[in-house]
Amino acid sequence: MNPSRKRRIRLVVALTAALLAAGALVYTSFSAGSDEKTAGQLLDGAVAGKTYTLAGTVKDGSVRRADGVLWFKVRDPHRPVSVRVRYTGLVPDPFREGRGVMVKVVRRGDLFVGEKDTMVTKCPSKYQVAPPRPGSRLASIA
Amino acid sequence: MELLIVFAVVLAVAAFVGAPLRTRARGLDPDAGLRAELADLEAAKEAKYHEIRDAELDRRTGKLSDEDHRALDAELRAEAVALLKKLDAVRARLAAAQEADGPAPGGEAATPSPPVG
Amino acid sequence: MATVGRALLIVAFAVALYGVGASLYGAFAGGRAWVDSGRRAVYALAGVLTGAFAIMEVAFLRSDFSFNVVATHSSTTTPTFYKATAAWSSQEGSLLLWVWLLSVWSSLALALTRRRVREVAPVATAVLMTFAGFFLMLTIFWANPFETLAAVPQEGTGLNPLLRHPAMMFHPPMLYSGYTLFSIPFAFAIGALVTRRLNAEWIVSTRRFALAAWLCLGVGIVLGARWSYTELGWGGYWAWDPVENASLLPWLTGTAFIHSIMIQERRGMLKVWNASLVLATGTLAILGTFLVRSGILDSIHAFGASTLGVPFLILIGAMVLGSVGLVVSRRAELRTEHRIDSLLSREAVFLAQNVILVALAFVVWWGTFFPLISEAVTGTRASVGPPWFDKYTVPLAFVLVALSGIGPLVPWRRLTLASVRRGFVLPAVVGGVVALALLLVPGAWSQPKAAAFAGVVGFVVASVVQELWRGMRARQSSAQESAPVALAGIVRRNRRRYGGYVVHAGFATLLLGVAVSSSFQHAKDVSLKPGQSARVGGYDIRYVRATSHAGSEKISLGAVLDVSKGGKHVATLRTTRGFYPSQDVTQGIVGRFFGGESESEVGLQAGFGRDVWTVIDPDIAPLEPIIQQGNDTFRRAMTGILARGGGRQQLAQLYALRDVAVTAVARRFVTRPWAADFRFIVSPLATWIWIGAIVTFLGGLIALWPAPATARRRVTAGYAARVARELARTTQ
Repeated sequence: MNPSRKRRIRLVVALTAALLAAGALVYTSFSAGSDEKTAGQLLDGAVAGKTYTLAGTVKDGSVRRADGVLWFKVRDPHRPVSVRVRYTGLVPDPFREGRGVMVKVVRRGDLFVGEKDTMVTKCPSKYQVAPPRPGSRLASIA
Repeated sequence: MELLIVFAVVLAVAAFVGAPLRTRARGLDPDAGLRAELADLEAAKEAKYHEIRDAELDRRTGKLSDEDHRALDAELRAEAVALLKKLDAVRARLAAAQEADGPAPGGEAATPSPPVG
Repeated sequence: MATVGRALLIVAFAVALYGVGASLYGAFAGGRAWVDSGRRAVYALAGVLTGAFAIMEVAFLRSDFSFNVVATHSSTTTPTFYKATAAWSSQEGSLLLWVWLLSVWSSLALALTRRRVREVAPVATAVLMTFAGFFLMLTIFWANPFETLAAVPQEGTGLNPLLRHPAMMFHPPMLYSGYTLFSIPFAFAIGALVTRRLNAEWIVSTRRFALAAWLCLGVGIVLGARWSYTELGWGGYWAWDPVENASLLPWLTGTAFIHSIMIQERRGMLKVWNASLVLATGTLAILGTFLVRSGILDSIHAFGASTLGVPFLILIGAMVLGSVGLVVSRRAELRTEHRIDSLLSREAVFLAQNVILVALAFVVWWGTFFPLISEAVTGTRASVGPPWFDKYTVPLAFVLVALSGIGPLVPWRRLTLASVRRGFVLPAVVGGVVALALLLVPGAWSQPKAAAFAGVVGFVVASVVQELWRGMRARQSSAQESAPVALAGIVRRNRRRYGGYVVHAGFATLLLGVAVSSSFQHAKDVSLKPGQSARVGGYDIRYVRATSHAGSEKISLGAVLDVSKGGKHVATLRTTRGFYPSQDVTQGIVGRFFGGESESEVGLQAGFGRDVWTVIDPDIAPLEPIIQQGNDTFRRAMTGILARGGGRQQLAQLYALRDVAVTAVARRFVTRPWAADFRFIVSPLATWIWIGAIVTFLGGLIALWPAPATARRRVTAGYAARVARELARTTQ
């Protein structure tokens, strides 16, 4: 077989293999991906037993801990609704009320149970701290 | 005071950046293409020498048999010779062009420095 | 000085614009004088931006809160080291750092190449100055680090406690050095394509910068991983977070480039591939910078949604379209000079390695941008997690590491059966022995893939050691030197080759650490009171006592733990959770000391065999009643003082009492301890990740270090003489 034809065949085989591999990757990403939903979208249409990625802001005053379980509410960025989440596992250091959070959840009635260790919290670019040295500089902002 | 600092900086920058425009002759170098070709060939020549050296190191470390090395070395040296011939031809053309044109603009060296890398 | 800083940014912007114009005019009409003026504009830009950067740094070090960026990212009690580095914890400061580093590296590149690549350099200068102008435009109009406050606060809001880690402070400068250094081969590639000077010279001139970029970016990535492991309380080092991935993408394509460029140097092959790779790498470097700032993808790292997204998208779009257009229009000049002689050759191995690296980059890119892709295709935003990434990257990494061991053993142009016997047998035997040895470790048979990978790593390390040994022996036979001197000599004279081999060994070791520490990890979340124990991975971990500390910056609640195995003491771990005060007055005078940010101090016992890692998460709910009591008491006292017209002295006394009260509240964690949540992780061979990284970057330094000019000339002179004799023979 002449070398040029051999090279062309190799190129076709290689490109076909690459396309098939890319196709498999694309297919599995659509089947393995978990939908990102807001609180409102979950309340409207979340199916029990299916995993969703809940994205929103931790509602002020909603965070409670009891017996190693974290309870909190995530509010919808666009609507005045929120969902209650029960979560066990790793809680990222920046987790706080009023902070952006993403967590994988499964619906159980009105409650959404978080999958262990799936929480990600938005890291703030700055944060607020009270003047640490007591007394001397606090007069104006006590 | 701050205005003075800014003004001084602007002056210094303008003087520094504008210096070549005051001191050098302007206009394109008519032999730029030849010089660039020469530089390319110099770089290719150095790379070829490194290839020859690498092949010898491969032989000394057992990656290439003596027979394979002889064949490869001959091939590489033939390629190097071809490059040297091209280099000589371009140098001759550049020298002829420089004789015809006079000194190069900016008073630069006739041949570029060999590549380092 | 803020005014001077603002003015310097404007001067820098003007210089950048001038640099673009002068370089392009000089390249196509005006001649060398204008080209030199354009190059000097780059030097001047570096000088001006150094001044601007210094002004910003001094403001941080002096805690000059008239600067908005200082007031919002630092405080008087921030340690000096973190004050100096707080500059780039902000959007504004980090953009200034980016453009300053770009100007410095561009100056270095242009100074080193001023007598070479004379047709290409002016266009490259114009490209680099365009980048500089773009970033300066962002800093001047959108994120100005020299914005001042009309009302200057007495105290700043401080640095995010998560960033108070040495690794985090060097991580951005190293990452940005990587990104900006990758801009240099990008710019020179654009210059070469525009001027159609696509032969050896531009490669030689920019190869070293590509390697330096690879090194800096790699160090930055590893520093980020180390921070994650030792600062964030989750015990991992890589989460396939979008911003992590964004820095990995140019590193993967850059790794491919520094390998495949060797093929173009030697054989004039893969010109289209190399041009595309280097352009893609430069574009991905800008994309990485964009991802951190745009907020388009949810990440733990993002600076937050900002208005910078649109300008970046325009720049990236222009880079992509320009790159594709140039490569397509120059395909005649990019025609290959030779073909690969044999599929069993180092060229073929490099090509296979390139394909794997690009495939890895595609997987990472697809998974990272999948939320946007899925939204565009289906209307619903979906994301893929670490299991999806691992499914594709693990087998690809397996093949990549195997190729990194095969490559050094294969000669250029063709591999023979004799070569295989000479080169492969010993490393293959070592690899086999390592794999079997790991399988014999109790429990390891359940993870045969990890054992197989360990075998591949054994093969790689053995092949590198074999190469070093043979090189040393070859030198000894000709130079009559002792073994160490011969080894140093052979490495010094062949830095690229042996530096590269060391990189391969280091990288394989790093991935071995990743594979084993994740496959055989034991993790447990438990709730313990002092005196109680947990068993993890064969270790007994006893909660000895609780600790508390009330400092000027934070309240820390922690634990001392005793780790033992088989009754023998192994280590004492200390872990704390720090609570920073909040400025939210509704939390109360006492409460706000427990209501702000919190961060973990990890307890880590690292060892060559395994790491024992722990973090505490003490629930402060039991303190809430007493905190509330404190809030009420001090609120009443404050009200009383203010009602009586009390002055500073009385308030100061009240605050001193408050501090005593806060300390006492924290102390209750020690005097009346309650159960705290702990995470314990035992990871075998985790330390080898960091050892492997150090070896990798040491190898990179060896490859990058220039050989002395005299040595270069001596080496090539010998071959020049031989070839000259050859030439004389053929011309006679």
